[in-house]
Amino acid sequence: MSRLIKVSGLTLGWDETVLLQDASFEVERGSVFVILGGSGCGKSTLLRYLIGLDQPMSGTIAIEGVSGEQLGFSRPEFGVMFQSGALLGSMTVGANLALQLTEWTQLPAEAVNVIVRAKLRLVGLQDAEDKLPSELSGGMKKRAAIARAMVLEPSLLFLDEPSAGLDPVSSFELDALIRSLNQALGLTVVMVSHELESIFSIADSCIMLDKASKSIIARGAPRTLRDSSADPRVSAFFNRRAVAPPVAPPLPLEVKP
Amino acid sequence: MPDVTYALNRLHSAPVLELKGKLTFDQAPGLWTAVSASLAGVTRAERLDFDVSQLEEVDGGSMALLVASRADLHRRGASSEFIGANAQVQKVIHLYRGDVKVGALRKRRARGVLDQIGNATMAILQEGQQVFGFFGQALFAALKLVVNPRSANWGEVAPTMEKTGADAVPIVLLINFLVGLVMAFQGAVQLKQFGANIYVADLVGLSITRELGPLMTAIIVCGRSGAAFAAEIGSMKVSEEIDALRTMGIGPMRFLVLPRTLALVLVLPMLTLLGDAVGILGGLVVGVLTLDLTITGYLQESFKAIELWDIFSGVIKSVLFALVIALIACQQGLSTTGGAEGVGRRTTSSVVSILFGLILVDACFTVFFHWVGA
Ligand SMILES: Nc1ncnc2c1ncn2[C@@H]1O[C@H](COP(=O)(O)OP(=O)(O)OP(=O)(O)O)[C@@H](O)[C@H]1O
Ligand SMILES: [Mg+2]
Repeated sequence: MSRLIKVSGLTLGWDETVLLQDASFEVERGSVFVILGGSGCGKSTLLRYLIGLDQPMSGTIAIEGVSGEQLGFSRPEFGVMFQSGALLGSMTVGANLALQLTEWTQLPAEAVNVIVRAKLRLVGLQDAEDKLPSELSGGMKKRAAIARAMVLEPSLLFLDEPSAGLDPVSSFELDALIRSLNQALGLTVVMVSHELESIFSIADSCIMLDKASKSIIARGAPRTLRDSSADPRVSAFFNRRAVAPPVAPPLPLEVKP
Repeated sequence: MPDVTYALNRLHSAPVLELKGKLTFDQAPGLWTAVSASLAGVTRAERLDFDVSQLEEVDGGSMALLVASRADLHRRGASSEFIGANAQVQKVIHLYRGDVKVGALRKRRARGVLDQIGNATMAILQEGQQVFGFFGQALFAALKLVVNPRSANWGEVAPTMEKTGADAVPIVLLINFLVGLVMAFQGAVQLKQFGANIYVADLVGLSITRELGPLMTAIIVCGRSGAAFAAEIGSMKVSEEIDALRTMGIGPMRFLVLPRTLALVLVLPMLTLLGDAVGILGGLVVGVLTLDLTITGYLQESFKAIELWDIFSGVIKSVLFALVIALIACQQGLSTTGGAEGVGRRTTSSVVSILFGLILVDACFTVFFHWVGA
């Protein structure tokens, strides 16, 4: 496997708050790479940087074959699913998927329709083609957004919490889908996820961000981290525990006269 | 009979606030007053405990108030604990962290007046810079479209023209008619004194075509479409739709901004011409009804007074007005941050900035035309 994404010395944050300092990591081509970490620690922000929507405070991000400046002007090199879905509210789900196809390919209208239906079927939304995003449930929006991210057959997918808010069955099916895309088409997937089950079943490697130390506190294969990480924060995450259960100090139970 | 009683017991060496009975959230205001009163007298190195041994039940909100009072005492250097809690109450105390060490309060630095004035000034300057930068980007994107017309979002132009143009016709007609009417009335009072009734036609015709027609129409379109563009694009921005578009290789400039701008540039001159016509009609109604003028007389005088250039200069203005409205509205929409409230704020500021921009452009034009003698 070769390296696809190389991040070095990345500092990230909003305004004056720094969320992550001097972080470096690499993503292998053809792997499923998961970004972990507590809520609000900067996972979505990191994803925005990787996509090129925001410029890093310092450090470099290099994706092989992608030049950052072209974002918004040329055929996208990767697919993105935002945490909120971010479907275009003024268009039907089908039109949302068709947009990039009409924009970036010469496919005739019927062929576009065929592809749109096929992608919607992949995520189990064959009946939602003519609905507006506002008529979908939260989980349906996410699935539609995943289908939209895949529509141009990118070789790299960024997914922000794809299975959050899905029932266990859909969530399992989604994992299976990501796995089979990865295996059948060699897709590289960079995703944010909290679902331990799905992390263990699909992730090749992961990094864990930590808000307090503003750094990457763990990296590697999730099972290895679960079984042999010495860091209490890491094993707490993988074993669903509180890091250090707050201990109540003894109370004075009597009033001294 | 209240469910709860509070009493400050000073029998012990240190005062104890005794709470008895069942404390529910409805009693929180009374509790807060009572506790605050007891707290007031406590100074450094003293002690005030909360005796909750006879408290049967407590709710979360009241407990939060008690815990805050305890923390307040700790920060003042006094000591304070909950004593004698039953198992149930102890759980609530624990939940609201009434049994842990009190940390220091995070201080917020108050900003000085100069600081605030400085920041506000910088913000205004940056805003202006951004608007002009945006104009540049729009021009650049427009040139690119000329080179490669296939990449434009032409499909959006016609519906936008309908929404901003056709739908605005009634209000544009009404307002411009009334403006012509009012102006004729005001002018008539003066002109009658000199027996110069017929010149109402000149007054109304010239000021409507050169000035008020284009300006009033632009103001109406600003209120309707400028605000709509800003709100529409602003809410797309806060729901990450703009970001999503960019990741799909579809820049918002060519997908959203240019179609709207083009639609407005096409539509506003047409609306302006309509406005001119009904404005003159308004003047005519007043002239005929109150100044004993005939319809043909009024129209003839109008045609004599108004040159083609007068109408044309108004139309040129309206094209620039359209650019101002569309570009500022889209720029404001695209720089929206901060959820629904941000959308509201940007919509407001877009209307204000557009009005400012319209008047500014209008003033420049008037001076320029005067200067070149047109
Ligand atoms: N638009 C913004 N402006 C300023 N600060 C922001 C903005 N968006 C996020 N933040 C801050 O950045 C931090 C990280 O946010 P981010 O969305 O990256 O978290 P996350 O790790 O994705 O969390 P979650 O798991 O809950 O999605 C948060 O503390 C938040 O306050
Ligand atoms: Mg997130």
